[in-house]
Amino acid sequence: MTGQSRTLGSWLRFVLLFAAIFVMQRELLAQGREIRVAAASDLQFAMEELTKNFEKQAGTKVNVTYGSSGNFFSQIQNGAPFDLLFSADIEYPRRLEAAGLAEPDTLYEYAVGRIVIWMAPEAKVDLNKLGWKALLDASVQKIAIANPEHAPYGRAAVAALQKAGIYESMKTKLVYGENISQAAQFVQSGNAQAGIIALSLMISSHMKNGKQWEIPAEMHPAIEQGAVVLKNARNKNAARAFLEFVKSAAGRSILARFGFAFPEPGNSLGLRR
Amino acid sequence: MNMDALLLSLRLALCVSAILLLIGMPIAYWLAYSNWRGKFLLESIVALPLVLPPTVLGFYALVAMGPRGPLGKLWIVFFGHGLAFTFGGLLLASVLYSFPFAVQPLIASFEGVDRKLLDASAVLGAGSLRTFWRVILPLSLPGVVTALVLSFAHTLGEFGVVLMVGGNLAGVTRTVSIDIYDHVQSLEYAEANHMALVLLVISFAVLSLVYGVNRRVWNPWPAK
Repeated sequence: MTGQSRTLGSWLRFVLLFAAIFVMQRELLAQGREIRVAAASDLQFAMEELTKNFEKQAGTKVNVTYGSSGNFFSQIQNGAPFDLLFSADIEYPRRLEAAGLAEPDTLYEYAVGRIVIWMAPEAKVDLNKLGWKALLDASVQKIAIANPEHAPYGRAAVAALQKAGIYESMKTKLVYGENISQAAQFVQSGNAQAGIIALSLMISSHMKNGKQWEIPAEMHPAIEQGAVVLKNARNKNAARAFLEFVKSAAGRSILARFGFAFPEPGNSLGLRR
Repeated sequence: MNMDALLLSLRLALCVSAILLLIGMPIAYWLAYSNWRGKFLLESIVALPLVLPPTVLGFYALVAMGPRGPLGKLWIVFFGHGLAFTFGGLLLASVLYSFPFAVQPLIASFEGVDRKLLDASAVLGAGSLRTFWRVILPLSLPGVVTALVLSFAHTLGEFGVVLMVGGNLAGVTRTVSIDIYDHVQSLEYAEANHMALVLLVISFAVLSLVYGVNRRVWNPWPAK
């Protein structure tokens, strides 16, 4: 009997603790001291730096979920509780805005993605000298890219191969990662000898020591990345404040440091729409 | 609709369930009848793929198949190319992933066979192999069917492992579940729905077959 009541007591304590945490979290949310951000996986390292600085400055906690932009798009359409979306493809926030699921006038092109050819440090190819021609080397049996059907970095990779005139001959060597991080994983594990990866992922300590060659921006359509505050955001003000921070000089310098470029002023979002 | 992906999935599932039956039977036999005290350790290992997240299992498989992994090294020596992104690699990962789904029903049904019959068979002079074929296997047929069908169905619906080691190659590693996922990702919900419906119908048919057989709604092996 006592044993049973003791287990019951500890169970009750556990439930109470859990409830307290839950209530506290709700409280934080209600006071606008926490926002939820859905971010494309190419932002993984840059976003960490951005949120750290913003949290210090504004005292708002930023909870980030990384994933594929297309997934977030479907989830948000179905009521996912995010305040802000950072998409690797500006098309998704644009569509959310068109569908009335975004706060008007918050759509912002925060960066342009850059891509690199990446090889393991022990690769015997002189990637720096050869550039994209390194992919023609006999040692390259598989080339990992993100799935071009739904990943903007994958589309850019295919466009660059086409521009180089080697897409048809390389087609059988391509393997598709579900997103750009997985494409990087294929190269890292040695299963693919080369990959076309987001420059923003090269900052990670695991990948820094590999060989890389930046693909010139002229070789592929710009990978325009867009952010938007969502209609059902619980903390619109805090979300707007975070977006303002990303737009600020401090935010832009962090993005630049992590390998993102910015849209040309004359080519900005407002003019093209 | 993408028939390639569907056929690939069916081929993969068939191969996996056949292989699992072949290697699962001796393992299940040993686990069912051995008196070794450390048996529970092996049983735990057999059950591990149930617990490990498929993406984790897939990631380890990917690393093991890579040129720096033990399996990949060996494979490259014999075949000259890596194991990842090939049908063979997918097959291997799937066998690992569906292992408990084949072995556990086999163990259960082998253990369910009345020991007196085994003793009788031995007294009548049958060796253990003969006893297995003539007594244990016929009495365990529902378990064998369950093992076959569960590993088949489980492989058909496999996603995480294929995603990790497959590389999404049309006709080679792009299975139905990956194809559906791609459609959803590209916001082509109608195509995704079609494929999902086909998968659902096949899975339902297969599962009702097992449960029907087990409940003796049909008897595929009528007594002569």
